[in-house]
Amino acid sequence: MTASSHFPSYSEGKTNSVAASPLSSLKIEARELSLFYGKKQALKDINAQIMENSITALIGPSGCGKSTFLRCLNRMNDLIESVKISGTVLLEGQDIYAKNVDVVRLRQRVGMVFQKPNPFPMSIFDNIAYGPRLLGVKNKTDLSNLVENTLQDSALWGEVKDDLKKSALSLSGGQQQRLCIARALAVKPDVVLMDEPCSALDPISTLKIEELMRELRDKYTIVIVTHNMQQAARVSDTTGFFLLGELIEIDASSKIFTDPSDKKTEDYITGRFG
Amino acid sequence: MIIRRSFEDQLQELQNDLLRLGRFVEESLGKAMDALERQDLALAKQVVTDDDFADDMTFGIQARAMQLLALQQPMARDLRVVGSSIRIVIDLERIGDHAVDIAKITRSLAGQSYFKPLVDIPELGDLARAMVHDSMQAFIDHSIEGAYQVARDDDQVDDLCKRLENELMDKMREDPSLVEQATKLLLVARMLERVADHATNIVENIYYVETGEMRLLAREYNQAAKAKAKAKAKAKAEALDTDSNSSVETAVHVSNNGVSE
Repeated sequence: MTASSHFPSYSEGKTNSVAASPLSSLKIEARELSLFYGKKQALKDINAQIMENSITALIGPSGCGKSTFLRCLNRMNDLIESVKISGTVLLEGQDIYAKNVDVVRLRQRVGMVFQKPNPFPMSIFDNIAYGPRLLGVKNKTDLSNLVENTLQDSALWGEVKDDLKKSALSLSGGQQQRLCIARALAVKPDVVLMDEPCSALDPISTLKIEELMRELRDKYTIVIVTHNMQQAARVSDTTGFFLLGELIEIDASSKIFTDPSDKKTEDYITGRFG
Repeated sequence: MIIRRSFEDQLQELQNDLLRLGRFVEESLGKAMDALERQDLALAKQVVTDDDFADDMTFGIQARAMQLLALQQPMARDLRVVGSSIRIVIDLERIGDHAVDIAKITRSLAGQSYFKPLVDIPELGDLARAMVHDSMQAFIDHSIEGAYQVARDDDQVDDLCKRLENELMDKMREDPSLVEQATKLLLVARMLERVADHATNIVENIYYVETGEMRLLAREYNQAAKAKAKAKAKAKAEALDTDSNSSVETAVHVSNNGVSE
């Protein structure tokens, strides 16, 4: 019997549950996921669960596999030659690496936003309408409504509504990134993957994106790779720590940043790792 | 390899100062109790004037802890250390204040001889002071067991304080001319009880630093002890009940035998 057995625990932080809320259900699950670039193993037997309507942050030093893992979730790694993948990634229970999977449809359901804002060299309106048009939306009113709703969802409508014909390239960096988020949302995905979406942005634009993410969480499941630990702490419900291709620990962010279970996580987030 | 050398140094310095303050208020409390026992007015005065040092240190530690939070954004254990330091320092400062209060009472009792030699109050003082000492020791040793022990000791202080209160009340009822002195001694007992409570707060913070769990250790221990005592009393009552039932049965058996005869 340990000394603590006399004392019932009041702490909520000790739970291993990583659910965003009691109502959220499992959205994505990786089982024994390994990935090789040629002979180099970049991911080692990753097991992770990502809950619906939650924000999951992936942190870890450069080259630890967090972006590689993110790209596995919508098969972006398929585009790289010499990549070999084993294990399973389930989206709502369906294996996304199964032979009959339509990758275009998958990437519509699992959208992506990149590090550097990359708007198409066309108008704001056309940037948003691009995906829906490809998917067959032709009616002008429908497109207009969709553009407006999406821009509102991505907190950009108020700033651009009077000038939708303006080139997207004339927007500021922060606005461009929100436009890219809007573009990803326009095709009505379930999941939005973000690969260091704020690393090229100033602090105020960063805060706007973070605020936007909190709002989007009600409708979407968000997975974000970030080098900014404070950002992970501020914005995410769950945080996963990667190191040398392994997922060392994944748990509620409130737990990870105050009382991580693994010493390697503690060393990394307190800056004692190097 | 330590990457954040300057942060590491600042964090260590913060903890060193916390310990320094802990030792200082522990000594002040010891001096205040000595002054009370020996009616040493010069020592009592020293406790009062020295307290500025504790107040200055408290502000200094709090200011630096806030700076560390703002400038270094500590995480995990570091965050718990800085956050807990802000709380511990308040408890230490209050312990220093109680030492001052006791010293002031000593001065207000100048020229009056005690109606009886002080025995229980110095004992209570020793217990409370030991709790402050042990809490700082648990801080140095990162000792969870040490934290538990201080939380357990709080019960002893509460019991002794209660007993003292009753005795002093009785004395006042017996001889109303003792009211002034006994009331002041009662206040000393109450302050020592508060010192013990502050030491308990400190170890609850140490427990948090070491485990990441926030727990009310003293209350948990107190409740567990009460439940244990209750269960023991119940078992005893049941045992008595069984004994008396069996003696009734024997009596009935005897009388039945009597009837049948």
